[in-house]
Amino acid sequence: MSRHPVPDPRLLAETAEGPQELSSRAETPEPELRREIGAVLRLPESTPASGDLASGSVDIEVSDDDTMIINMGPQHPSTHGVLRLMIELDGETVLRTKPIIGYLHTGMEKTGEELTYVQGCTNVTRMDYLSPLNNELVFSMAVEELLGIELPPRATWIRMLLSELQRMSSHLMWLATNGMDVGSTTMMIFGFRERELILAFFEKTTGLRMNHNFIRPGGTAADLPDGWQDDVVVICDNVETRLDEYDELISGQPIFRQRLVGTGSLTAQEALALSATGPILRSTGVAWDLRRSMPYLEYDKVEFDVIVGTYGDNFDRYACRFNEIRESIRIVRQVLDLMPLGDYRTQDKKVTPPPRARIDESMEALIHHFKIFTEGFKVPEGEVYVAIESPRGELGCYLVSDGSSKPYRMHIRAPSFVNLQSAPVMMHGGLIADAIATISSVDPVMGEVDR
Amino acid sequence: MSSDDAPGEASVAVGSAPPPSAQPNAQASAHPVIFCSRAEYHDAVAKLRDEGFELLSDLCGVDYLTHRGRELPSGVEPERFEIAVVLTSVTQRRKVRVRVQIPEGDPVVDSLWDLYPGTEAMEREAFDMFGIAFSGHPDLTRILMPEDWEGYPLRKDYSVGRVPVQFKEAPGPR
Repeated sequence: MSRHPVPDPRLLAETAEGPQELSSRAETPEPELRREIGAVLRLPESTPASGDLASGSVDIEVSDDDTMIINMGPQHPSTHGVLRLMIELDGETVLRTKPIIGYLHTGMEKTGEELTYVQGCTNVTRMDYLSPLNNELVFSMAVEELLGIELPPRATWIRMLLSELQRMSSHLMWLATNGMDVGSTTMMIFGFRERELILAFFEKTTGLRMNHNFIRPGGTAADLPDGWQDDVVVICDNVETRLDEYDELISGQPIFRQRLVGTGSLTAQEALALSATGPILRSTGVAWDLRRSMPYLEYDKVEFDVIVGTYGDNFDRYACRFNEIRESIRIVRQVLDLMPLGDYRTQDKKVTPPPRARIDESMEALIHHFKIFTEGFKVPEGEVYVAIESPRGELGCYLVSDGSSKPYRMHIRAPSFVNLQSAPVMMHGGLIADAIATISSVDPVMGEVDR
Repeated sequence: MSSDDAPGEASVAVGSAPPPSAQPNAQASAHPVIFCSRAEYHDAVAKLRDEGFELLSDLCGVDYLTHRGRELPSGVEPERFEIAVVLTSVTQRRKVRVRVQIPEGDPVVDSLWDLYPGTEAMEREAFDMFGIAFSGHPDLTRILMPEDWEGYPLRKDYSVGRVPVQFKEAPGPR
């Protein structure tokens, strides 16, 4: 009698994802298998999907007897949330990988259609929870684009300041989790410690450490707090000196380098073909940064360098993010000097609610206040796509308005969602141990992947 | 509803010539928008790729069920669904948006996967959320919803659902 009876099919039905899963080679349809194996994606550009892959360097004739499909996640400490990977292994070598996502899907794009433009930021800010301000920023910029309103200069500069601080905190968080994944727990504690400095400033400014709803269509929710310059200088000085310490601690550390150098590499052509953006694309040597290439806000008025790598391996991605923190500090220091005085939100009465004091004096102010918070403001018909450079890559917002006060369609082009496709390519042919470092260096935020 | 687009239907380009690369802050709405028919879609994108749009930034579906009267250039027949594709040229520093109308009765369109492998997940998402099928896609399965999910959540005729509230007059779920 078999010691492992066949499980009840009703139980299987509840746990299996069916065709979404990675299945054995015998059961996988030909085109899908080619895609998965040709993880080294169809680079002969002339005949991409038409069957030339078999002749490439990839061995398509591995039989199912030689390989093993293992499941990793969705509850695995190294998968950064609820990422589930199914990996086909030949011994210790990764052959095929398939990310299975959707465990954190909460229908935020659908929710976005039910919320007014005023409320919209509270929704989008929860997508990429490591850089919420960037989500708010891209949504607000898309709404403003449709409204056709001009922002007072201070609002733009406040946004830039917050966006760069956010990039620092997000990358510090990444340094921490990456450290944890490759075994450097000291780095984990350090990264979280420095991020705390920045989050404390955000709390002081916006009232919350995360999910701020601070950047809103029409400007920001409030002005910067008194003495913000001192706080920001302290953050910059601290992070800057400590970055040098980290450099000493890990950049040249032999174990750390052995885990990262040469593992999970990606070429520039592959990165472009897979629509990867952000540090992943830059680490392959393509100097593509929307802040520089298609400037938004006032990024054309500050000096910074676009950090690029050479080999596109895990170490290059580490180095890119590491040095982007330094560039962000550089930008923040310039913003300190350039920050203009004035309004922090537009004075358009249809968009911006009146100040509290005016409500007691003026009937119109009360009506406007009431209208904005119940109905919201109407946005002219049209479609717009706005993209910004979030810490993870191109963060886009495609907004369709039908002239009412709610978005007709709100689509967020989430960089993590798109970048995740390059993970199987990076992991192909590597060791299973390096897969952990590779997932980490893709930096997926599952809130944004699944939305 | 005719499911075949006349191949002779010319693409309609809206907006001026692409802006020069050095123009700052002209990013968002300055993208030129190209409308093309379903039959020409794949070739039009292939042509754009040859013109130097190396990166496909975004692909998303839109359901225009309750907003039929949207503004479209003459010659473009509004349909229920639409696919909007944003292409980026890294070398020329510009973006272009391609919009395709997809009829309700036959929501099928060519996959761009053979041109841009990065559309794999995006097309699966559009399929999952709108039920638009992409012919030529290697692995068209649901990506965010469970495999046995019924319906396409982002369609306009798909209800949001409701949490029941414990009041006498309150409507129940759905």
